[in-house]
Amino acid sequence: MLGIDDPQIWVAYILCFLSAIGCIIYGALKWNDGQDEEICSTVRASGRSDEEVY
Amino acid sequence: MAVDTSILGIAVLIYMIIVFYLGWLGYKQTKDTDDYMLAGRKINPLVLALSYGAAFISTSAIIGFGGYAGAFGMGVLWLVFMNIFVGIFIAFVLFGSRTRRMGVNLGAVTFPELIGRRFQSRFIQGFSGALITVFMPLYAGSVLIGGARFMETALNIQYNNAVLILAIIVAAYVITGGLIAVMYTDALQGGLMFIGMIILFVLTYSRLGGVVEAHQSLTSMAYLVPENLAAIGHTGWTSMPEFGSDIWWTLVSTIILGVGIGVLAQPQLAVRFMTVRNTRSLKRAVLSGGPFIFMMAGVAYIVGALSNVYFLDTRGMISLDAAGGNIDLIIPEYINSAMPDYFVVFFLLTLLAAAMSTLSSQFHTMGTAIGHDFYREFVMKGKTTKTISITRVGIAITILISVVLAYILPIGIIARATAIFFGLCAAAFLPMYTGALFWKRMNRSGATASLLVGTFGSIFWLTFVHAKEASALGISRALFGVDTILTGTWTLVDPILVATPLAIITAIVVSLATKPDSQEHIEMCFQK
Repeated sequence: MLGIDDPQIWVAYILCFLSAIGCIIYGALKWNDGQDEEICSTVRASGRSDEEVY
Repeated sequence: MAVDTSILGIAVLIYMIIVFYLGWLGYKQTKDTDDYMLAGRKINPLVLALSYGAAFISTSAIIGFGGYAGAFGMGVLWLVFMNIFVGIFIAFVLFGSRTRRMGVNLGAVTFPELIGRRFQSRFIQGFSGALITVFMPLYAGSVLIGGARFMETALNIQYNNAVLILAIIVAAYVITGGLIAVMYTDALQGGLMFIGMIILFVLTYSRLGGVVEAHQSLTSMAYLVPENLAAIGHTGWTSMPEFGSDIWWTLVSTIILGVGIGVLAQPQLAVRFMTVRNTRSLKRAVLSGGPFIFMMAGVAYIVGALSNVYFLDTRGMISLDAAGGNIDLIIPEYINSAMPDYFVVFFLLTLLAAAMSTLSSQFHTMGTAIGHDFYREFVMKGKTTKTISITRVGIAITILISVVLAYILPIGIIARATAIFFGLCAAAFLPMYTGALFWKRMNRSGATASLLVGTFGSIFWLTFVHAKEASALGISRALFGVDTILTGTWTLVDPILVATPLAIITAIVVSLATKPDSQEHIEMCFQK
């Protein structure tokens, strides 16, 4: 396959391409996924200071 | 160097002007702690992806691992797959979204702070900060050396001066502009790296007659493997090393698993998940992150391996011989010999960008670790000057330590520094970080025990068992008169396969044996 005899190498070679393409497809499909959440800290929202977490 | 220094000098100057402009933008946009530490939590997905990738891939990843592929072949392509699947997909989609959400819920601005607040432990935050402060300068020192060596050979600047110049330039925009400056410049540097590697990829395959032809030529070279390498498992450049051999263990345990999985717990990368506005941004970043890592790591390793075909055609020798036996010189030698002059200039810029982008992220993370996590939160219990001021001082101190290390440490330790840091992060942070995000039952005791077992287990294995680091450090020899206290295959097994499982078991056993954290706190951490 692709001039490489050892399947352990050509599988890796193809997986590199497929995983990169997979990332493109995933990113495109999920482009508008989820909602535009507001940034808000639950610690701060609860009226406490960040330090009170400890 | 094949190219005219003045052309390269002008290119570097233009590049530096743009870098300083972006650094200035970062300075102008920094108004509060969230801006300085987390780029205001509103970074664009493309900037995130490029910045994450550029910080991840340093000059040593391109030159060092590319050279490794030149010497040992394409087996290292499994690392590329791990880098894309684990380092991008799993990292962004699974770890990233939870890290961002929990970071917002707890008001955390650094990686140690996220874990510390999740487990309500200043000790965890302080200890993690101290660990980063002690060990990351080693890693930064090695990147600094790589960048300075480039400036020495390409621009004819004396090495000692090059280390200083590089450190001062990066320090200037990191200290003033914080993470906004770091990520903007990273994105520019990532863009340069992306273009450089695409050109290298296309030119290499076309130079060697096409994809299949190039691979076939490389496959048919297997009989040229030097005897000393064949004896430790090298079977050719398009086949895996012999199962269980020395080369196989190093490739699979240290490189593919150590670096491939270790990346998940790199503080300077994990903190980037908290810089975006929402989960949607993280998912969008996957689109550019995957191809970016492929173009960096994938191209470097494929080209590194294929350089053997070029050197056989032109000089009748394999790459390792063409580079005088020095793995780190394979890629530079290939670029200088096989590529057109205009590209050599561009590629040198690419390497400078790769070094600077990794350095800036390291400096920022080390500064926040010592200034904010260790000093402000752990030592002073949060009751001292503002985070930004103390972090600036922290960055300055850790840069100084890195520069000193770059000058004084023996080359043997510096060469192992990246592996040491990755191994330590995987053992110390990964079990605790994963538990923090995915297992509500994991409590403070379990996390503390896991952090300590992972840290000291990993340090013990690196110092006394894993041959490459143990012999470079020399502590085992000084104490016991032997390079490693165990022998045989054990000396090849990476700490990630020993210390990380130990830390995982510790986390589970101790958490289950002790009282769970309060329900109210857990709900606050995991609130959607």
